[in-house]
Amino acid sequence: MQWEVVIGLETHTQLQTRSKIFSGSSIAFGAEPNTQASAVDIALPGVLPVLNAEAVQCAIKFGLAVNAEIAPRSVFARKNYFYPDLPKGYQISQYELPVVGKGSLTVQVGDQEKTIRITRAHLEEDAGKSVHGASAGMSGIDLNRAGTPLLEIVTEPDMRSAAEAVAYAKKLHELVQWIGICDGNMQEGSFRCDVNVSVRPKGSDKLGTRREIKNLNSFRFMQQAIEYETRWQIETLEDGGTIQQATVLFNPDTGETRAMRSKEEANDYRYFPDPDLLPLQITLEDIAKVKAVMPELPGDMKERFEREYSLSAYDASGLTSSRGIADYFTAVVAQGAEPKMAANWVMGSVAAKLNEQDQDISASPVSPLQLAGLLKRIADNTISNKIAREVFDAMWAGEGDADSIIEKKGLKQVTDSGAIEAIIDEVLAANAAMVEEFRAGKEKAFNALVGQAMKASKGKANPAQVNEVLRRKLGA
Amino acid sequence: MINSSLKQLGAMLQAKQISSTELTQAFLQRIDDHNPEINAYITIDAERSLAQAKAADARIAAGNAQPLTGIPIAQKDIFVANGWKTTCGSKMLDNFIGPYDATVIKLFDQAGAVNLGKTNMDEFAMGSSNETSYYGKVQNPWDRTRVPGGSSGGSAAAVAARLCAAATGTDTGGSIRQPASLCGLSGLKPTYGLVSRYGMIAFASSLDQAGPMAKSCEDMALMMNVMTGFDERDSTSLQRDKEDYERELGKPLQGLRVGLPKEFFADGLSSEVAAVVESAIAEYRKLGAEIVEISLPNTQLSIPVYYVLAPAEASSNLSRFDGVRYGHRAAEYDDLLDMYCKSRAEGFGAEVKRRILIGTYVLSAGYYDAYYLKAQQIRRLIAEDFAKAFTQCDVIMGPTAPGTAFRSGEKANDPVAMYLEDLYTIAVNLAGLPGMSIPAGFASVDGKQLPVGLQVIGNYFDEARMLNVGHAYQQVTDWHTRMPEGL
Repeated sequence: MQWEVVIGLETHTQLQTRSKIFSGSSIAFGAEPNTQASAVDIALPGVLPVLNAEAVQCAIKFGLAVNAEIAPRSVFARKNYFYPDLPKGYQISQYELPVVGKGSLTVQVGDQEKTIRITRAHLEEDAGKSVHGASAGMSGIDLNRAGTPLLEIVTEPDMRSAAEAVAYAKKLHELVQWIGICDGNMQEGSFRCDVNVSVRPKGSDKLGTRREIKNLNSFRFMQQAIEYETRWQIETLEDGGTIQQATVLFNPDTGETRAMRSKEEANDYRYFPDPDLLPLQITLEDIAKVKAVMPELPGDMKERFEREYSLSAYDASGLTSSRGIADYFTAVVAQGAEPKMAANWVMGSVAAKLNEQDQDISASPVSPLQLAGLLKRIADNTISNKIAREVFDAMWAGEGDADSIIEKKGLKQVTDSGAIEAIIDEVLAANAAMVEEFRAGKEKAFNALVGQAMKASKGKANPAQVNEVLRRKLGA
Repeated sequence: MINSSLKQLGAMLQAKQISSTELTQAFLQRIDDHNPEINAYITIDAERSLAQAKAADARIAAGNAQPLTGIPIAQKDIFVANGWKTTCGSKMLDNFIGPYDATVIKLFDQAGAVNLGKTNMDEFAMGSSNETSYYGKVQNPWDRTRVPGGSSGGSAAAVAARLCAAATGTDTGGSIRQPASLCGLSGLKPTYGLVSRYGMIAFASSLDQAGPMAKSCEDMALMMNVMTGFDERDSTSLQRDKEDYERELGKPLQGLRVGLPKEFFADGLSSEVAAVVESAIAEYRKLGAEIVEISLPNTQLSIPVYYVLAPAEASSNLSRFDGVRYGHRAAEYDDLLDMYCKSRAEGFGAEVKRRILIGTYVLSAGYYDAYYLKAQQIRRLIAEDFAKAFTQCDVIMGPTAPGTAFRSGEKANDPVAMYLEDLYTIAVNLAGLPGMSIPAGFASVDGKQLPVGLQVIGNYFDEARMLNVGHAYQQVTDWHTRMPEGL
């Protein structure tokens, strides 16, 4: 039987606000345990939550970025359960009425575009952390993280492969950083995904029973986890078994998923509207204010690049794949570089180097100003494209900017026609056989002669001039 | 002196006829003498109180006193106070020292009032007789064999026995008004959102509201001037301009339309209370009020609605008492679950457990719609009843409680009978309206004269008018000046 996997994602993004969602404490990562926990965060008797307006602005930004409905009225609810790192005995979240409603995100999967529907996004607070093994036989509680603002983004079960799920997660990861609501730091837990996976016979429109893979904090693990889980479910069904709804954890060491708790043990969270917080009202004016400070979205920027710079959809998409790359490219063009050439270089040599070293564009040792300086010398024929790559490597190695490298290494292109004629005369004299072949009608021989001339000039001769002089001399 | 109004005490302090230290000492002496029996206070800290009194004396000497500067006020033990043991009447918090000041505490402190001590109360404010307190029952000063009402029973007994100049209370379903009625004093539950709930240990967040308990409406006006105001720490606190609650005092009541809900005078009301309330209404008629009959058809539903919503909220509000960070933790336990179970089983009393169970039940999957959601819908109907009534009248009057103070133990094992104590007060909390109880006379029960309260319900933010409605009555009657014998 042919099987189809059905995947939906729930992503917890930690919002980049100055303080916690319901208190004034800092949300900075890595502080000494419990130094960022106020009376509200540790839930002393009598304390009350007050909503952080900045968190709401983040939610509005996200809603605008995925073309979603932003609820004029949403409600905070209490999710009740006992756990030592949950100080109030309930988490303040949104349940029936979330702040962001239906939207969508279009992602590139290979050479296909796919639109993933977003069901909702809601604001909630994070829990603290249990610290085990700090002292023998005891567990500690660190409430620094308790009350950190989260936006939980939920999709429809629209993805049909691990690749699609990862493409969506990566796109979302870029987007939340692009609009400045999340630092995207997956190691520190700023962006964590829960993946719902089910399988069904291909062609069926009925969803299979799903299992939820919790807390994936790397795209590689996500890919592995989904692939393993899919195989496991298919094998289980083919062996005549059934899938039980469950929450599972992925173990990166074994590459396997393992059930954490089954549905029978699931909590009844007894959600109800939090009477300590009034319903959240968002006016059109509030939305307009956020809109006014929204950066240009990647989709809009991509279209603009295609339109203004006549770039291909592929290039424009690559250049807007992250805020860093887009900013870099924009800066190169702002320095006067020709956009198409700038695009080729950013997507080509720069990207290749970064890939090689597994680094982000922010780590590029060649600044946009330096790259623009190099492109200028290509455009004004000081150097050829080939020499430019040599110069670029030197720039990457920190040898200075383009002009000083060209000068120091004597890489300036030879455009003096006398010098080029002299080189060609030598080449023709030394390669009589090739000349004969050319005259006999072999066009290939011409290219070989050009190559010889370029070689003789150590690559510095202007290739167009070499062509022209050679044709003239051969009387072609 | 102990019978003086807050205004008189203020004048004496300003005129240096007495110092705050002397006044505080005098009340501390009375507490020493009578509290061992009456049990109105859970915590007395003479050193702290006298330090505040000393500061107040310095402030008076410096000439920047406010109306309550130097006056000893008792605080219900539901308010967290920095450095004070704050128990909420529960074993769960027997070891809890307040690490910060509730907004109400802070406001009285800023006004220069002296915190005289923390008053007894039903555990987590759940009760109508003060019998659920971990710290023992409180005696009604009018008849020591009877309850003072609850949950603010300690505050009520303290004011009635003149063990303080005035006190604070909180009212979730009648917890200020019913004990005020049973102890013969004036108590006001303001419009929901007027007094900050920050630092007031939550019972049912959408219903809880703090207010004054005092000898007269004039005293309550002075306290309201201190207690109310927007607080950015409480999201349900209302952003309104500061009001002067004394401003209406002394205005004539001519033309005041008083609505009498027929449902408040039906089955369940004791005949002796009915008689007292009717004579009070007659007095209002003499003062120029116009009496109109109104109807609050959903009154009967208010108790079932309340006993769904309040426990639902309470079950969640009390989850933080888990023995992890503060409060009672069992001495021995096997694992995490065992620690939770034992700590909470030991720390909470029977009534609190009953309400946690009810609340957990009504919020559970499969029951939520039938109970919680339905109750919320009826809550709106109850509020609409009042909205309609206030098109026909300016204030509503009726009994505060169906009877006079009952004997200790009489209803302790009958929760439903106890819940019916709040029959006339609960709807006011459900609607978020201001409600007040004032002494309206005495009923003779088993040879004892027991106080009876008249309830006055106003429209939203109409507290200033309500206080004058009570004040006008207190100008022509002397029920509020009467004091129990033997004190």
